[in-house]
Amino acid sequence: MILSVVMVILVPALMLWILGSSSAGLFADKGFAAIVFGETWKPLSGRFGLFPFIAGSTVVTLLAMALAFPVSLCVAIYLSEYASKRVTAILRPLVDLLAGLPSVLYGMWGLLFVVPFIRDAAAPFFGLASTGLSIISAAMVLGLMVLPVLVQICSEVFRSVPAAMREAAFSLGATKAEVVLRVVCKKSLAGILAANILAFGRAFGETIAVMMVLGFSVRVPDSLFGSGATLPSLLANAYGEMSSHPLYEKALMTAAMILLVVIILFNGLSRFVMTRLRRGME
Amino acid sequence: MNARHRYKADTLFHILLNTGVVIFCIVFATMIVTITMKGSMHLTVELVTQVPSDMYFNGGPGGVLNAIVGSIMLATGASILASTFAVPIVLYLRVYLGKRSFFASAIRFLMDILWGIPTIVYGAVSVIILYGMKASLLAGIVIVGIIEIPVLARALDEVAQLVPAELLEASYSLGATRGQTAFKVLFRELLPGFISAFLLAFGRGIGDAAAVLLVAGFSDSIPGSLLEPAATLPVSIFFQIQTPFPVVQERAYATGFVLMIIILCVSLLSRLFYSRFSRYQVNK
Repeated sequence: MILSVVMVILVPALMLWILGSSSAGLFADKGFAAIVFGETWKPLSGRFGLFPFIAGSTVVTLLAMALAFPVSLCVAIYLSEYASKRVTAILRPLVDLLAGLPSVLYGMWGLLFVVPFIRDAAAPFFGLASTGLSIISAAMVLGLMVLPVLVQICSEVFRSVPAAMREAAFSLGATKAEVVLRVVCKKSLAGILAANILAFGRAFGETIAVMMVLGFSVRVPDSLFGSGATLPSLLANAYGEMSSHPLYEKALMTAAMILLVVIILFNGLSRFVMTRLRRGME
Repeated sequence: MNARHRYKADTLFHILLNTGVVIFCIVFATMIVTITMKGSMHLTVELVTQVPSDMYFNGGPGGVLNAIVGSIMLATGASILASTFAVPIVLYLRVYLGKRSFFASAIRFLMDILWGIPTIVYGAVSVIILYGMKASLLAGIVIVGIIEIPVLARALDEVAQLVPAELLEASYSLGATRGQTAFKVLFRELLPGFISAFLLAFGRGIGDAAAVLLVAGFSDSIPGSLLEPAATLPVSIFFQIQTPFPVVQERAYATGFVLMIIILCVSLLSRLFYSRFSRYQVNK
């Protein structure tokens, strides 16, 4: 038993150590700013600016969260406050199932549905030409992917609000909307925040679905309808050509390191907010 | 605000809420319907019973049997590997550590982080560790197994926390050691939870593409040994959809449909097992 526990502690330590030593080597060679804020990615001539990927990941994830957040809030409120038992019994397993669907299927839906929509309807509407493989398509697919996860956590948080609080508000003559907004949501604010931070982390590392609908062009994103690249798609794309430049591999490891650090930071932040919330509830 | 305004605000809120729910349902309905229609339209017997021919990715004959078998082998192996680590961790957390132990919450936090780490990062790290070695089914099983540990452990831990302390105390009072209590009493009580956690992890393993792409490789035949590279369904879909040939892309949709059916079956099985076996549990 102890052995298994030790193993679980060793895995992230080993990952941090390997990625950390690789990226430290690169930073020592090229300088931290040149890597993280450098805009030129030319591995063959030894220029490893990761900024296009960092910017791409951030833009796509933020957009996805902006799309998913309002819808997830509606569904979560509906599930915990409005839905009858029968509806809940159908909807809840469905949400669980959707949360477990492989990302390839989300990517496939993106190619079949979102990409043609952006190419033939949305982009011409704004007078732009687009292949459909774009930042906005990736954000839509990613937003859809994090939706079920957000709904799961948020409705869980809403349900942990004591029924007595709702009843007290009703007895004072509050309408249902007032109870939901001023009691349930207000009490769950920290939980909603924590859920979104967690989902942000999840979306930030998503690889295959994003790769399928984003295209792969290394540049700082300039238009919603243009293509881009993200940190995970850099790693997946570089597969097979790992050793063309001595520092190339280290640059890829640095990209992985950035991903890892972001995930750990966001998980920690979410945890911190959650414990604050729990303390407030007791 | 007077009563009329409050009533209007309530109605407005209700309309907004319903709009959100309707958007959610419509979007997911289009997704399921699109995949089902496109998939079932192009699904053939050939696709699920044959391995790809040489020209498969250029539109030649064949199927994706190699990927179906590869996926199932990989996910089964990985889930078994993950359980051998996850189960002891959960038992340790429940039997040896108290509810408010700092160490226990540290392990849980660590596991949440492990769950959150993108699978592509696991893949990249293992490429470094396996430096120079060929991609193989074994490497895939080990990496996906590690990825599945937190999934399995966290799901099982939720169930383990609900087991009444009296059950453990009854076992102690009969003179059982903590180890005996953990493996012979607690684990038996957790069995239904274990099966559904196992299937949850299995679903996660079969759906992962990013890490598998890097470490398990891809091949056109069914792997004959653990050291050969193995094709998996998500990677196969990814490769087929990236080709410029409509025929091959259509087969990708059909493969996606097959994957969805497998996930659906696993999810239904997990529910079925849980409700069937939880009859024998201690009343809470």
